[in-house]
Amino acid sequence: MLDSAVSIFTAGRNMARLMEGLWITLEISAVSVALSMIFGIAVGLLMTSRHRFWKIATRLYLETVRVIPILVLLFLFYYTLSRNWGINLNSVVVAVLVFTLWGTAEMADLVRGAITSMPNHQRESGRAIGLTEAQINRYIIIPQAVRRLIPGVINLTTRMIKTTPFVFFINVPELTKVGQQIVEVAGMKNYMASFWVYGFIFFLYFIICWPISKLSLHLESKWQN
Amino acid sequence: MYDCAAKGREFFHQGEADLDSAFVIEYAPMFARAAVLTVSLAAAGIVLAVILGLACALIRYFKVPVLRRVAGFYIEVSRNTPLMIQLFFLYYGLTRIGILLEGVTCAIVGLAFLGGGYMAEAFRAGLEAVSRNQIETGLSIGLSRRQLIRYVMLPQAFAVAIPAISANTIFLMKETSVFSIIALPDLVYVAKDLLKEGHSGETNLMLVVSYLMIILPVSIIFSLLERRVRRAGFSG
Repeated sequence: MLDSAVSIFTAGRNMARLMEGLWITLEISAVSVALSMIFGIAVGLLMTSRHRFWKIATRLYLETVRVIPILVLLFLFYYTLSRNWGINLNSVVVAVLVFTLWGTAEMADLVRGAITSMPNHQRESGRAIGLTEAQINRYIIIPQAVRRLIPGVINLTTRMIKTTPFVFFINVPELTKVGQQIVEVAGMKNYMASFWVYGFIFFLYFIICWPISKLSLHLESKWQN
Repeated sequence: MYDCAAKGREFFHQGEADLDSAFVIEYAPMFARAAVLTVSLAAAGIVLAVILGLACALIRYFKVPVLRRVAGFYIEVSRNTPLMIQLFFLYYGLTRIGILLEGVTCAIVGLAFLGGGYMAEAFRAGLEAVSRNQIETGLSIGLSRRQLIRYVMLPQAFAVAIPAISANTIFLMKETSVFSIIALPDLVYVAKDLLKEGHSGETNLMLVVSYLMIILPVSIIFSLLERRVRRAGFSG
């Protein structure tokens, strides 16, 4: 039984192709998380704004993105945008675009949470001991907000990684797609192909996401007190 | 070079994305049938996930020997792997070692497996929020462990866990969108077929509307529930 596993992973470029697929998966996640952080901070600040318009607009954006499945967003951008509007987008670009759209909403909500959960007396105490507003932000507010934010951001990263298999549907040659192609070819001769290949991909996702979520948990409990 | 501007002019010239209403009317029943399948699979999977999650949370809370390790391992695995890969492995992988699951069973088992881990975490937070005082008081007035769980711990734990349960439920409903990979004729399956033949505007519109009709009511019900629970002052 084990030699069937060995033969799949050593045959041809199978292992190299899986790793290339994994690389695309990680690349899409990394770029999307980075972009989501940048835009998310901006949108998150807007969410705490006093203006009614910005409050409603950002709320609407957040709720819309949260209710529609990401796969449907991918279809919208991949098919409708490219066909009807003549904007021909590469499927990897569509993936990053959609994941950023979703990640920005989630990130913004984290930023909003970190800011609004900051007790008012922090700022007031800063003023009382004579700090300037810039100093208060620099030494009191931002360091605390960042600490509250980081576990959530790390969590968002694992969620992003776990969402990447969706791009299978728009034909991005990431881990899952490569796995399926290998199973299709090797499965004709090797009965156990699907068991080993999908089992291996399952293991890969776990071995990547598990340490990251442990880190997030660790930081959360460390910074709570 | 692709002439974007010309394409854009053409698009707007066609009149505001003129929807082919005949197409929508023709295929709407298909979407309705697919929506029914999506809803029933989601409901079954989510109910099982809640039960599984509650069981795991209680096992871990009461530190049941051996089982707590199993539950802990399960929670880590289910939370750190994507549903799509779980389904691929369940459906295409396990048949090779003699475990044959039908598509529908596979979808429900997969969703319950994924959701169980998330629900367990939601309930853990809920159970931890029940103060030691309450439990000791319950024990001292002679409640059995079963009564203690049923009348003292669960009502409070549920109240605290509701926002997390609600978020998990919406998340799981959105995750059902991948069921077509195990050949189930769900909403995405129908849409994928139609997208191949053009009419992407109409198809995607029906797809979005179908999901909104499924998920929005659930989202609204949960937010009303959350408000009620908050007013009742349980989750202080």
